[in-house]
Amino acid sequence: MDRKMKVRAWDNGKNTSIKAIIFHPMETGLRKDKKTGKNIPGHYITEVKCEHNGQTILTCLWGPGVSKNPFISFDFNGAKKGDNVNISWTDNLGEKGGAVSKIS
Amino acid sequence: MDTTRRIILKAGMAASTLAVAASANLLSPSTVLASWPETAFKAKQMDAAMNAITGKGRPIDSSDITVTAPDIAENGAVVSVKVATTLPDVESISIYVPVNTFPLSASYILSDKMETSISGRIKMAKTTDVVAIVKSNGKLYTAKKAVKVTLGGCGG
Repeated sequence: MDRKMKVRAWDNGKNTSIKAIIFHPMETGLRKDKKTGKNIPGHYITEVKCEHNGQTILTCLWGPGVSKNPFISFDFNGAKKGDNVNISWTDNLGEKGGAVSKIS
Repeated sequence: MDTTRRIILKAGMAASTLAVAASANLLSPSTVLASWPETAFKAKQMDAAMNAITGKGRPIDSSDITVTAPDIAENGAVVSVKVATTLPDVESISIYVPVNTFPLSASYILSDKMETSISGRIKMAKTTDVVAIVKSNGKLYTAKKAVKVTLGGCGG
């Protein structure tokens, strides 16, 4: 299943800012379905990798304690306008996704 | 006679190869595929989670770490948290919510290109401190911020 993802990367004058959101349920595995009383199986992103020029700038290790539709924001150095920033993720069920954003 | 010996040798080798593969599997598939620290995220005690992700040793309270979070969170499912630090050589920033079923929320591994400030959104089961642990220069530092979680959502 293809999940939507938004990435914005821009030159903030000093360095590069990144804002990203991944549309993902981040189900903890602890909630119960109100109708059936059964546990809803856990489904959450475990790893997010942010890369610039093939170099990993940030690795996020996430557990079920991260909110639904996770959002992340950070700044990094050493990039210039027009460079690509690649953000990719994997979840506990082996689903994968990613997006590329050009620094504006 | 000689052929039998060959066969036995081969069988023995195959068996030992399998044994090696099996013991490798004991490391759990996630450690082989990625670096996701399963034991840390599945730990139900704060200390166990901390030991698994940053190793043993008590972190030192530090005023060089700022944890920014709302004083009152109306919705515990979405709490914006920002962790910033002026400590040098930051290797990782981990965020914990001690009262959650799984205290470890997120752990970030930073490269040297990163500005040492990260924002994200986490879940909180109830009113507690959000704890940040920063690994800087091989040492552990910590700071926290109290967040009141109001379940009614009426702004407490």
